[in-house]
Amino acid sequence: MAEVLVLVDHVDGTPKKVSYELLTLARELGTPSAVVLGKGASAAAEKVAAYGAEKVYVSEAEELDGYLTGPKAAVLAQLVADKSPAAVLLPSNSEGKEVAARLAVKTGSGLITDAVGVTADLVAEQPIFGGSVVVSSKVATGTPIITVRANSTAPSEAPAAGTVEQVTATFSDADKAARVVESVVEDKGGRPDLGDASIVVSGGRGVGAAEGFEIVEKLADTLGAAVGASRAATDAGWYPHQNQVGQTGRTVSPQLYIAVGISGAIQHRAGMQTSKTIVAVNKDPEAPIFELADFGLVGDLFTVVPQLAEEITKRKG
Amino acid sequence: TLDRASVDVVMNEIDEYAVEEALKIKEAVTSAGGSGEVTILTMGPERAVETIRKALSMGADKAVHLSDDALKGSDAVQTSYALAQVLSTLEYDLVITGSEATDSRMAIMPALLAERTGQPQLSGARKVTASMEGTAGVVRIERQTENGYDVVEAATPAIVSVVEKINEPRYPSFKGIMAAKKKPLTNLTIADAGIDAAQVGLASAPSQVVEFSNKPPRQAGQIVKDEGDGGVKIAEFLASQKLV
Ligand SMILES: Cc1cc2nc3c(=O)[nH]c(=O)nc-3n(C[C@H](O)[C@H](O)[C@H](O)COP(=O)(O)OP(=O)(O)OC[C@H]3O[C@@H](n4cnc5c(N)ncnc54)[C@H](O)[C@@H]3O)c2cc1C
Ligand SMILES: Nc1ncnc2c1ncn2[C@@H]1O[C@H](COP(=O)(O)O)[C@@H](O)[C@H]1O
Repeated sequence: MAEVLVLVDHVDGTPKKVSYELLTLARELGTPSAVVLGKGASAAAEKVAAYGAEKVYVSEAEELDGYLTGPKAAVLAQLVADKSPAAVLLPSNSEGKEVAARLAVKTGSGLITDAVGVTADLVAEQPIFGGSVVVSSKVATGTPIITVRANSTAPSEAPAAGTVEQVTATFSDADKAARVVESVVEDKGGRPDLGDASIVVSGGRGVGAAEGFEIVEKLADTLGAAVGASRAATDAGWYPHQNQVGQTGRTVSPQLYIAVGISGAIQHRAGMQTSKTIVAVNKDPEAPIFELADFGLVGDLFTVVPQLAEEITKRKG
Repeated sequence: TLDRASVDVVMNEIDEYAVEEALKIKEAVTSAGGSGEVTILTMGPERAVETIRKALSMGADKAVHLSDDALKGSDAVQTSYALAQVLSTLEYDLVITGSEATDSRMAIMPALLAERTGQPQLSGARKVTASMEGTAGVVRIERQTENGYDVVEAATPAIVSVVEKINEPRYPSFKGIMAAKKKPLTNLTIADAGIDAAQVGLASAPSQVVEFSNKPPRQAGQIVKDEGDGGVKIAEFLASQKLV
């Protein structure tokens, strides 16, 4: 079977869940090869092998973390030329999409972003109009380059050889044009990453103040969830910008999304409407978020949310 | 300085932030004794003129509108080729775009343009500073990452995309609206821009739609009013869905 390259999203060699999902999906399309780039990459080899990577292409070249996207796309372009894979899968987060875009131009290939499924004949499915319509697309030119959203496939283990191959890449000046001069890590309070989490609890303007987020966090913690926020909440400085969900924030597609005190503006919906189950708490029965909700509760979040957290704790015994 | 900001049929709201940032940079350059110009570039149907007018009435100096029947059905990769062809005929220090269009939601145009032009990609900026170091232009941005933020720097000319945190777009003034009517608007066909017809349009699109299917509409959810046991009700729902 033909090789399918999977770009692994990782932090210092620890792959994010989406990477295991992509490897699981790649097994349906061919023989998965993991591509792990940047600081700590080698440490990921065994972990990706457990999810079916026959080969693991590794490069820890400094340029990979020192410049935005260009160097990663260059390594992938070299692998596409050398290995002629059947397809390249990347996570559909902002970096994955940008690397994919550059790779498409470098290799003269077609590109499909935001897929939630890929069939064995490489037809990718994308939800549009808030998931009410599914577009099935195929790449007609070059090597199919497809970015796949997190939580599209349930990851499952399938041990494979995981033979490590070091890749030596050469980078052009254009690949190294945007230099990262400073990289600041902000604390997430030990909660899961928004992109990976299977449950997300988000708060909006209704939460009222930074202190109000404590009840959102408390609910999130009882569920093992990540915390999101609307733009109104991040703009007000109640919660960090990195937690913003929506058009200009993160796009999430968890099993469960709980919107607390969020009206459901189109730009917010853009980031969460493909969530499998949506629960909303809002005191305004006319709030547009209720159009999306599988379960909507009209009420005051300050009484409902703590009660919910307490009830869940009780049920967990 | 020449900045490009783009507009869609109804100007994508995010592109108003791109226009605003271009205007701010021009104003900063001008007040420092330099000079600058903001050009709006868009590829889109006839109707895009309305949004071009809006950008001009906000204060942009001129506009370039690429419109041609042959472009219909182009995908993002092809659009980036066409826009890059137009960019190659212009002189500029910065190209400013929105980070992600409301309609396409692909968020890949800046990366595509950077790869095509060989110019640096500074995407997702929540802050932009442009300065001169000797005779070289330098642009520095702060961008949100999944774990915090990065500061990224590059030499001009560069491709910058902005998120909505960056500024508050101005409303066109009456004077601005009147002035916009007299501002130069260049209409380009693909031939004018040196675009190869074989590389654009639906037939040669590198990604092809196979089919559209309607998903069964989301089952209208249950809406319940809180009667003092709202939290318990939600927990019961979650349990019934095996979510807790
Ligand atoms: C270019 C652009 C990009 C944008 N990107 C994003 C984005 O990425 N993400 C995003 O979220 N927004 C984005 N926005 C902003 C978006 O349009 C909305 O303004 C924003 O989502 C509103 O946030 P909100 O729902 O928290 O606030 P509001 O719309 O003010 O809603 C607050 C809600 O809380 C409810 N409420 C108040 N008190 C209580 C209470 N005690 N109990 C229960 N409910 C209560 C109210 O009934 C109301 O429905 C963007 C806008 C633009 C123009
Ligand atoms: N046809 C176009 N003409 C001009 N600018 C565009 C066009 N398509 C996309 N852009 C720019 O690229 C940004 C990101 O778009 P997208 O990659 O489609 O999400 C938009 O906000 C615009 O600034």
